[in-house]
Amino acid sequence: MRMFVIAAALLVSAPAFAADNTVTEGKRLYNFKGCYQCHGYVGQGGAGVRLAPDVKPYEVFSDFVRHTTGAMPSYSEKILAEDELKKIYAFLQTMPKAVDVAKTPLLMNAATGK
Amino acid sequence: MDQDQNGSALNRRNLLKGASLAGAAALGTQVAAEPPAAKPAATAKTDGAGPNAIAGGDYMVDVLKSLKLDYIVANPGSSFRGLHESLLNYGGNRAPEFITCMHEESSVAMAHGYAKTTGRPLCFLAHSTVGLQHASMALYNAWCDRVPVIGVLGNIMNAAARRPGIEWYHTAQDPCAMVRDYTKWDDQPNSLQHFGESLVRAYKIAMTPPMGPTIVVADGELQEMHMKDVKGDLHLPRLALPQPPQAEDSALRDAAKLLAKAERPIIYADRMARTPEGMTLLVQLAETLGCPVVDMGGRMNFPNNHPLSQNERGGQLLRQADVILALEVADLWGMTHEFIDNEEQTVQSKIRAGAKIISISSTELYLKSNYQDFQRYAEPDYPMAGDAQASLPSLIEFCKREIDDGARGRISKRAEDHAAAKAKAYEATRNNAAVAWNASPVSTARLAAEIWSVIKDEDWALVSNDALSGWARRLWTFNRHYRYIGGAGGGGVGYCLPASVGAALAHRGTGRIAINLQADGDMMYAPGALWTAVHHKVPLLTIMHNNRAYHQEIMHVLRMANRRDRDPSTSHIGTTIDNPYIDYATLAKSMGMYAEGPISDPAQVGKAIRRALEVVKQGSPALVDIVTQPR
Ligand code: HEC
Repeated sequence: MRMFVIAAALLVSAPAFAADNTVTEGKRLYNFKGCYQCHGYVGQGGAGVRLAPDVKPYEVFSDFVRHTTGAMPSYSEKILAEDELKKIYAFLQTMPKAVDVAKTPLLMNAATGK
Repeated sequence: MDQDQNGSALNRRNLLKGASLAGAAALGTQVAAEPPAAKPAATAKTDGAGPNAIAGGDYMVDVLKSLKLDYIVANPGSSFRGLHESLLNYGGNRAPEFITCMHEESSVAMAHGYAKTTGRPLCFLAHSTVGLQHASMALYNAWCDRVPVIGVLGNIMNAAARRPGIEWYHTAQDPCAMVRDYTKWDDQPNSLQHFGESLVRAYKIAMTPPMGPTIVVADGELQEMHMKDVKGDLHLPRLALPQPPQAEDSALRDAAKLLAKAERPIIYADRMARTPEGMTLLVQLAETLGCPVVDMGGRMNFPNNHPLSQNERGGQLLRQADVILALEVADLWGMTHEFIDNEEQTVQSKIRAGAKIISISSTELYLKSNYQDFQRYAEPDYPMAGDAQASLPSLIEFCKREIDDGARGRISKRAEDHAAAKAKAYEATRNNAAVAWNASPVSTARLAAEIWSVIKDEDWALVSNDALSGWARRLWTFNRHYRYIGGAGGGGVGYCLPASVGAALAHRGTGRIAINLQADGDMMYAPGALWTAVHHKVPLLTIMHNNRAYHQEIMHVLRMANRRDRDPSTSHIGTTIDNPYIDYATLAKSMGMYAEGPISDPAQVGKAIRRALEVVKQGSPALVDIVTQPR
């Protein structure tokens, strides 16, 4: 009985634990591989464009990272493995939404022309 | 210096008269020349050194005073000890007042910031070979930025008069040679009269567009010679500035025809508005034509809250434009081309086929070969050599004449469309700033918004470049000429802090809050400028954009790694500022400055800035160190 409970608990929590781990690892890789340099620590953009929230579908995302000939240096699978890119993607999907401008006085008072 | 060749025929009684005449001919607060004062009587020996002058350095002070230079910025050096003592005990350390700097690079950068704020140059002193080498980086920035800065350089030409040892290391036979490629003019005078004339000439040349740094050597023996040994006349040379050169009228008329007929004109302005008048004129031109304006930020050219200010949509409007007017654009080729720095470097035109480019630029009038600050060869259809600001009154007048009823309808419709687009652009800006709002380290957008909430009801001036990835210029309202002075010019790191101190010195006493958005890498080139601000009670609110890296360089190294298909994760080596982090608040405090930080929690930012602002309002500098997102 006791054994069963533990096993069940493991069964329930394992995927959540794995997802957590993926995100943590994704965050580390996002920084380690240098994405943060141009896209900011939370994907908000900077020298590069905004990646999160509202991340593009994975196919579009990965196709860009692999093959772009534009302003961003592309990443081959040799320097960024496919599973690493997937983890980065998972991390970016957990980024919080933008705050509501209408409820943020500091933003309502900026870029007003006054 | 050969003293025997200097006669001593002074008439000191008329000194004050001479000085005030020269002073009257000197500048008011703006760059534009005032009409020359009446000529003094043409008889010899009616002016010269003051009645109490006893040394050559005293006469030099008289010349400096006649130029109405407010301050001398300098790190002390023995090659100008004669002049230094004269400034204090003969000149009374007033106008010019000696400002102690901790590096010649800081002295020159302070003069750079001051000149862009007031329209008037400052004089820096430098100690011969070593001082000028220290000053050289900041001189290069001023050169690239077309900003007037005047240097007086100590040096001792007479080998027999040099003290043995160190004074030989600190002497050159042609000291200005090392910076001649990026100074507009220099001289090594041979007599006091020669020095006087050359210093006034240096002022005049520095202030004539395209403006730039000039240097005059003050020979040690000349500084220290006794007045009784001076031979010949000693005048205070009169300063009268030439009018800035205007572009040729018929070329301006052609440009006006094109602009009046254009369906989608656009104006790009860079190092254009030398004075508040420049901004007023550009507003007039834009309104006359209903023409959108992109302010590239070399100067404060156009109010960013004007409905025709279209910085946000510049790229898109440029691609659609049929007539493009470029005013003092430093890099016209770069403005009109996209250069993609990928494995295969590609170039794309940013303008549509058949679009006509009109360019008015004073840099056409004066270039040098060695340093490549003139940028890639651009191909404007209508290049005009002239000062853009000086050319605007005629251009506006010609445009008005060309506008018929058809054009009038088009212009008012266009102005309405741009005003509507402006409102939408504001909304998009706010939405973009809302992303990563609560992130820690603090986002550059959040930091800009936090500062704005503290200063928006104050009278303020941003005296650094907009280091917050352009967020200040997007979120704040820049509606006066003094709100912004542009950046370093030559991209030489180490400009921002001292230039901000120089600009804040110029704002002192006006009630304006001078704000410096200070990048961490730049700070560490010459942090001694913090001490100068404290020592001389220069109110300046410094807010650190501390991303703990030479961030741009990390990206370059990574770009190379990716291109070569090698490990991108090493790119932090040699490019980040960690292990240990630098505690900028403690650094500032060690020099007597009020400081807070490091702050990474966005919720704490506003309160800290408010406390620092109170200190600045009391007349002292203050620093808040904010740990920020990379960009
Ligand atoms: C050196 C700077 C730089 C680095 C490092 C960088 N990017 Fe980018 N990224 C850019 C720029 C610039 C763009 C916009 C390029 C364009 O529009 O052609 C971009 C665009 C993108 C896009 C397309 C977004 C869109 O909405 O179109 C994706 C996806 C992306 N980057 C992901 C990444 C990931 C993942 C990493 C790290 C593995 C990374 N980038 C590292 C500069 C960079």
